[in-house]
Amino acid sequence: MPGLVYFSSASGNTARFIGQLGLAAARIPVSPKEALPELPDDYVLICPTYADGEGRGAVPKQVIRFLNAPEHRARLRGVIATGNRNFGRFYGMAGDVIAAKCNVPLMYKFELAGTTADLARVREGLSKFWGTECLMTA
Amino acid sequence: MKDDAQRIAIPRAINWNRLQDDKDLEVWNRLTVNFWLPEKVPLSNDVQSWATLTPEEQTLTIRVFTGLTLLDTIQNAVGAPAMMADAITPHEEAVLSNVAFMEAVHARSYSSIFSTLCSTKEVDEAFRWSEENPHLQAKARAVLETYAPGADPLKRKIASVFLESFLFYSGFYLPMYWSSRAKLTNTADLIRLIIRDEAVHGYYIGYKFQRGMETQTEARRQELKDYAFNLLFELYDIESRYTEELYDDIGLTEEVKVFLHYNANKALQNLGFEALFPPEAAEVNPAILAALSPDSENHDFFSGSGSSYVIGRAVATEDEDWDF
Ligand SMILES: Cc1cc2nc3c(=O)[nH]c(=O)nc-3n(C[C@H](O)[C@H](O)[C@H](O)COP(=O)(O)O)c2cc1C
Ligand SMILES: [Fe+2]
Ligand SMILES: [Fe+2]
Repeated sequence: MPGLVYFSSASGNTARFIGQLGLAAARIPVSPKEALPELPDDYVLICPTYADGEGRGAVPKQVIRFLNAPEHRARLRGVIATGNRNFGRFYGMAGDVIAAKCNVPLMYKFELAGTTADLARVREGLSKFWGTECLMTA
Repeated sequence: MKDDAQRIAIPRAINWNRLQDDKDLEVWNRLTVNFWLPEKVPLSNDVQSWATLTPEEQTLTIRVFTGLTLLDTIQNAVGAPAMMADAITPHEEAVLSNVAFMEAVHARSYSSIFSTLCSTKEVDEAFRWSEENPHLQAKARAVLETYAPGADPLKRKIASVFLESFLFYSGFYLPMYWSSRAKLTNTADLIRLIIRDEAVHGYYIGYKFQRGMETQTEARRQELKDYAFNLLFELYDIESRYTEELYDDIGLTEEVKVFLHYNANKALQNLGFEALFPPEAAEVNPAILAALSPDSENHDFFSGSGSSYVIGRAVATEDEDWDF
């Protein structure tokens, strides 16, 4: 079953979005001491951005560590980035970095915990994406 | 003598190698590397552009900037110091001292813009206008009431997030609007630095509010939530009138109000609450969004056929932590 994996720090914006989305999703833990939950076979990653004023450090360390494992990378099919437009040209830059590093499409960006419009867009987009994916691999 | 010595509480020396909350160090690090001064921005390159504005547009711009100066002054002198006294961790107090100082830098920046672009007389007049403007004074008063000694620390954080993430935006709209029309682009670069700082401030104070909420009873949580929404209604009312007074003549009031809705929603999210205004009422003019986050085109792979391949823009991907 295709699915979702996400990271959300203690401020919990991304986690609130996932809660509203109502789709199963595995959370990359904040603390490296916590175990990873079981992962879906293929997944889209939702990741917040934490860059500094020069764009450094956009992808949270926990997500980098997660993607360093080749078996995690192998199942990554796309990335959705979150952030805040107030960070100027680095808005949602974690998505640009992950897409470039892992060679997957950057599917969407939204701000903070998202709006009801973002929720609808992501729900619809993901179901369409997995639909065409299944046809392609069938 | 001896009694006096006993009464003075000596703070414990701060140990940054023992954190109670990792966010404190994370935000401290980001704030300190983001440090900047207005001298970094070549404001004088805007002199010619300034001359293309009509006298009314110039007056509007100076007034907007004096209004922003007042909010930064309040946050520098009253808001951040008041929250320092409420801090739960010593590291939070240190982060807030950085916030306080950056507010002074922001307030200082507006005067740099003034001395580069305007005459002393125009600026003095605008400061006088700001002191007499009832709406500007009303929003200052509404926030300052919560900063008063003895006020509820969590209510103080609510008001502070509204200042950082909502009240500035009736003002920030204008330099973003000029920038979208290729005017005052260096001034806009400076304002974007301020906007970025305010985003981290609103995020951090909102985060500390959420931590504080976790320790409250269900009844208290409800009380605080009601308080937040009521205060937002009150501030929105003031902001609407302030916006009308400033922007009616140039015909931008409705657009600015949409921008207010959008930012009010984001302020509520910083506090961990749901949005208030429906997405249709918060659909900001794309030119303004593009001015806020230039070169970060809207990614919507989903709106395509689903098979087109979108790779992010070329970005620096080096980070010592990547293994591949
Ligand atoms: C220190 C700091 C730096 C940030 N940098 C960026 C950034 O460069 N670009 C961006 O779009 N958002 C940035 N953000 C905003 C976060 O990505 C945004 O608040 C997100 O919703 C956080 O998700 P989370 O609460 O699930 O961890 C930053 C936030 C903080 C606190
Ligand atoms: Fe400020
Ligand atoms: Fe601020």
